[in-house]
Amino acid sequence: MDLPEIVRPRDLADAVRLTGEGGKPLVGGTDLFVRLRKGAERPPFLVYVGELPELRGIHETEGGVEIGAAATHVEILSAPATAQLPILRLALATIGSPALRHMGTLGGNVVNASPAGDGLVPLYLLGAQVNVVGPARERSLPVEEFVLGPGRTALQPGELIRSLTIPLPRDGAHPYFRKVGRRQALLIAVASLGALVWVEDGAVREARLALGSVAPTVLRPREVERALVGRPLTVEALAELRDALSSAVRPISDLRASADYRRRVSGNLLLDLSSLASG
Amino acid sequence: MTLSFRVNGRPVTVDVPPGRRLLDLLREDLGLTGTKEGCGEGECGACTVLVDGKPRLACLTAAIQVEGRDVLTIEGLAASGQLHPLQEAFLATAGVQCGFCTPGLILAAHALLAENPSPTADEVREYLSGNLCRCTGYEQVVEAVLRAAERRR
Repeated sequence: MDLPEIVRPRDLADAVRLTGEGGKPLVGGTDLFVRLRKGAERPPFLVYVGELPELRGIHETEGGVEIGAAATHVEILSAPATAQLPILRLALATIGSPALRHMGTLGGNVVNASPAGDGLVPLYLLGAQVNVVGPARERSLPVEEFVLGPGRTALQPGELIRSLTIPLPRDGAHPYFRKVGRRQALLIAVASLGALVWVEDGAVREARLALGSVAPTVLRPREVERALVGRPLTVEALAELRDALSSAVRPISDLRASADYRRRVSGNLLLDLSSLASG
Repeated sequence: MTLSFRVNGRPVTVDVPPGRRLLDLLREDLGLTGTKEGCGEGECGACTVLVDGKPRLACLTAAIQVEGRDVLTIEGLAASGQLHPLQEAFLATAGVQCGFCTPGLILAAHALLAENPSPTADEVREYLSGNLCRCTGYEQVVEAVLRAAERRR
């Protein structure tokens, strides 16, 4: 099987020009090549941006971390700057397999906009910004506004992601990430829950939740987040919100699980936050 | 498109169509058929090769992505004619049955031992989790990797 023609841009400006001519940006290829093979996408040519230095760095900024769009999951997991973002590391460590984590990128996860994108869950929790470069200007938008639906983003023709800016959460957050599926590796989640929870005097002071694979995009159930405040992280207290969470999600039935199962699993995952109380 | 890189320690320059996959470049153009195509979409790990020492799936890698890099395939492990300790360990433990997944498993294990020379059984399972084997049930595979690790010490 041959892929479409692949061209190597000289620099970022050249990559923007080639993308504007209809080229599809390529870095890891872990999703793109599968879609090309299935004929789900037929771009006239690919633009290999994986080695552009402008897209590659991971570094601390004021109050956060900036991750180049072409940084691989392994590079992000091992970068000193992300030690301050344990929730990001927890989620990325569950992606695919070691080989796929050496190839795939967080930028690719964002541009794919899959509701099952494991890397998207921490970005929703942390309120990440997506920095986009295009022919006319650069712009920056919150990930929740960037992702519009399954496979749909706010990228305009000729635009590509340059980097992601991730603000550091306030001190003391307990990170949680768990995905449920049919096997342990190469797993596409049936449902996943990520959380950042701040606890004070045995009660939740603030909670952020994000669920994957149970709605057209990753979902923040904000009513449940607010309802968690003031409660202890006990199974009993969490169980009172189980139904609220099950009704907040908007899952579909597909080959991996039924909508009803996803609704139930989402509610049940909430109970697992009790594991944070002992941690 | 002319492409230069190293494969199994040897520099090569090849003329390939600009959309060539690394897998086809290795198998069809260079005759290195030890690298297998299983699923062709990143689910099985049979086509695992090492690029600059790191595991990559050759079915989801374009030839252009290895320009200037160092590619190791299963043929490179026994280049001198002598089996690599990992290969010997897979034979000794019956970690090889039909053999289709074996090149990928051995190269993934090779990358693991370079990163972590004394892995636990769980660490071996975790690192090889992207490599499917339908024959062995994995027990002998894990045993082989632990045995090879021990031999190297």
